[in-house]
Amino acid sequence: MNAFFQASFLPLHAVLVSFLAVPAILLASRRPNLREGISLFAAVAKFALVLALLGSVLDGNRPVLELLQIAPGISLSLAVDPLGIFFALVASGLWILTTVYSIGYMRGNREGGQTRYYASFALSLSATIGIAFSANLLTFLLFYELLTLATYPLVVHKETPAAIRAGRMYLAYALSAGLLFLAGTIWLQSRTGMGSFTAGGFIAEGLFSSWELTSLFLLFMVGVGVKAGIMPLHSWLPAAMVAPTPVSALLHAVAVVKSGAFGVLRITGFVFGPETMREQGLDLLLACFAGATILLASIIALKQDDLKKRLAFSTIGHLSYIVMGAALASTAAFTGSVLHLSAHALMKITLFLCAGAIYVHAHKTRVSELDGLGRSMPWTFGAFAIGSLGLAGIPPVNGFISKWWLASGSLESGYPLVLGIFLLSGLLNAGYFFPIVIRGFFHAPAETEEGAHAHPASEASPWMVVPLCLTAALAIVFGIMPDFPLPFFDLARQIAESVTLSGPGLLPPSG
Amino acid sequence: MIGEHLPIIVILTYCIAALLMPAAGLLHRKAPSILAFASGLAALVFSFMTLWKTVREGAFNYAVGAWPPPVGIELLADPLSAFFLVVINLVSTIVLFHAHFSDGKESGERSISYYACVMLMLGGFSGIVGTADLFNLFVFLEMSALAGYALLGNGSGRAAHSAFRYLILGTIGASFYLLGLGFIYVETGSLNMGDVSLILGDVGMQTTARIGFVFIIIGISLKMALLPLHQWLPDAYTDAPAMSTALIAPIGAKVAVYVLIRLMYDVFPVAPGDWAFPLHTILAIAGAAGIIWGSVMAIPQTNMKRMLAYSSVAQIGYIALGIGLATPFGYIGAVLHVFNHAIMKACLFLFSARLEKTGQGIRIDKLTPATRRRLPVSTACFVLAAISMIGLPPTAGFFSKWYLILGSLESGNGFYVVVILASSLLNAVYFFRIIERIYFGNTDTDALEPVRVRLTRRNLALVTLALSLLLAGLFNVWIVKSLIAPMVPAF
Repeated sequence: MNAFFQASFLPLHAVLVSFLAVPAILLASRRPNLREGISLFAAVAKFALVLALLGSVLDGNRPVLELLQIAPGISLSLAVDPLGIFFALVASGLWILTTVYSIGYMRGNREGGQTRYYASFALSLSATIGIAFSANLLTFLLFYELLTLATYPLVVHKETPAAIRAGRMYLAYALSAGLLFLAGTIWLQSRTGMGSFTAGGFIAEGLFSSWELTSLFLLFMVGVGVKAGIMPLHSWLPAAMVAPTPVSALLHAVAVVKSGAFGVLRITGFVFGPETMREQGLDLLLACFAGATILLASIIALKQDDLKKRLAFSTIGHLSYIVMGAALASTAAFTGSVLHLSAHALMKITLFLCAGAIYVHAHKTRVSELDGLGRSMPWTFGAFAIGSLGLAGIPPVNGFISKWWLASGSLESGYPLVLGIFLLSGLLNAGYFFPIVIRGFFHAPAETEEGAHAHPASEASPWMVVPLCLTAALAIVFGIMPDFPLPFFDLARQIAESVTLSGPGLLPPSG
Repeated sequence: MIGEHLPIIVILTYCIAALLMPAAGLLHRKAPSILAFASGLAALVFSFMTLWKTVREGAFNYAVGAWPPPVGIELLADPLSAFFLVVINLVSTIVLFHAHFSDGKESGERSISYYACVMLMLGGFSGIVGTADLFNLFVFLEMSALAGYALLGNGSGRAAHSAFRYLILGTIGASFYLLGLGFIYVETGSLNMGDVSLILGDVGMQTTARIGFVFIIIGISLKMALLPLHQWLPDAYTDAPAMSTALIAPIGAKVAVYVLIRLMYDVFPVAPGDWAFPLHTILAIAGAAGIIWGSVMAIPQTNMKRMLAYSSVAQIGYIALGIGLATPFGYIGAVLHVFNHAIMKACLFLFSARLEKTGQGIRIDKLTPATRRRLPVSTACFVLAAISMIGLPPTAGFFSKWYLILGSLESGNGFYVVVILASSLLNAVYFFRIIERIYFGNTDTDALEPVRVRLTRRNLALVTLALSLLLAGLFNVWIVKSLIAPMVPAF
């Protein structure tokens, strides 16, 4: 039993801390303050544990923890590598802010079923950290399915027919994807054995014929691509926007979709490896889908009037930035891809939190209703402006840095066309985000009709405004100093180099 | 000391309990169910001892009445039969626990005959699994079947009608078995499994033996409700009293599965690749068809028991597929699924029994969040079992699927992989339909009285089954390596 409390079990603790919070939250269902206290405590504890692991990883350690053998030759095992810790930092850090925000949102909105909400939230976070620290495909799949199950109650939270329909759609997409991932895992496992993630890929040459490699790749990509919202597998995401906004924020900007994007990085960088992908032409295949998704999603976002739907399509587009970087898989592109994982998370969560604050405080869900609202909610709209600038790739917000690396990566790998896609997408981003900010600050409020909500005179509750200002501020901080206070850039660089330079791939770029 | 007598002791425990039942009933109103549970527990202990002995010392035979085989009746305890013995007695003991402590409908004036039948049926099941004699197997088959008809027909409404239908079909199945046995006897002059296997190994499977074996397989397939011989199952399970279904559904068909495995792999020399006599392939295809058909038919059902019954048809399909694949992983998957499915189905049918018992009914369209609020713990167990049926990790159901898919890949049949994965999705459709209804519906949940989450004797059986699904999933490697691996034949 003593061994359980030793440092080598830290990865497990990081996964379990919110898992153990679930029964505590359920038991405290009649005492909201205690319940939210437990959530907050678990969030802080989780972040602290991840930080402790970060120190160890930066020192060059790679903690591995084999728990038990779960299938012949495969263990349920957790391993902390730079990519894992990177994702874990993003998810657990933002969970704290989202929990604070949730308290304001759920109480402000008088939502029902709050106990279930906080319990599912904690469970989802356990699954997400589990995904981050998975050492092999089966462990990954286990947490991936757990994440699907844990987020399902959050999607149907409102229990309206629309929510239940969205839940069905979500399950249909996510479970089918899980099954294809399972098929891929078993197929790969039956040929290679254990299948631990290895930087640069682990599929030995000659194990699979060319068409088998392509089918295997497709199985995995559909498996993770559903959560990563690669078109045409994206339709569940806009539908799932019926969920409460903090759910959309954390799960549909951070945990769920980023698990998908993280899965894409794992599969391309740590299962197949850039070299194999390039030999089989898989990089081009993936890049085509990613490029199409980036442009199509941005164009569709342009004409969405529902604010959350617009954000959802923007998310789909930006996830494919990450996919694109993983497909190009040059050092710079992979760096940009990993960086965009955190950058987009910070910026998009800011935007979602703003949308939620607008909904709870001013009861507005449509872009066309926002005229002049920025005057009464300056902090919220200010944060929204920062997020929008970042997503359009304008310095000094952190979106600029990731985009810079992605763009230079596209040149490095010899696809100048991709650079064009990124630039065009930046314009489109500006096209669908800036009007919101302009309406908020510069348009005169519309004449209020009988029965319609007038604009409130003041800012939303500080429970909501403080977190969203913090995320916006962080987006700027990381835009100016990418390695402070957390060494995101350093980690991203390490990850990209380990992936791309492990084989006789590209030459290391200068700088 | 008693070690060598273990094979007969398990059977005798039940037979003696059946005889004592009237005396127990005179003693106290509730004594029959206690006696039933106690003998189930005793039989379980003996089964574990048998398993322990076979794992440590290997297979051993027992000549009943010290008459040497092939003339006398021989019992056999090997890793395969001991494993099935444990599965049967484990699940039935848990269900009997529930029957007694949750105060099922069956305790009452009819309880003496009811529990006597239960004992006879379980004795028959244990006998089928324990015997090494083909005719003796038929005797136990009929003993358990007759008792089973009585248990299923004991309910109200259409129960008697459905049980009668089952009786007719079941008897036809048994007749097929007997007919086939006649052919085998003509060919070999013996009814002892080991003897038959030796003789057929020498002379090969000639036409007579082949015809006989096909008859036997048809009879057994009917008993295990393999598509297209599954027609009796949904009616019989739906109309029967809740406790009878919960007792028979998880293990009844599994006994027939045991017979199939035993005969296909140990007794009759049938080569998997023999295209003139492609039994394995037919079995696998029938299994795959059953998987799809059962799952599709489960979706539109409005009666939960009927839905679960159709799902049983599908799950039997998994097992038949695994047997028919004729690869080590397919075999492991089939046997592991026997165990996993027995636990899952017991859990699911006990939940439907709880619903009936608490007067909420088992009509799926009438389920509301009120169900969950009244039975929070049982509902949670139901959800866990449902997740295991769908086959999501780390529950037990995921791993039977894992081995079956490995087996399909091993045999080079990607088609079966598609079937298994598709059935997962279909499972998700019909289980989430229920989960949706009992968890989400517009009720003002915070205004209602608080949900009381407590572990009581009424839901203890469900909780045990649900937790063992998690444990069986996490420790499946142990089960496979130490219990199933010793029984896998050479392929």
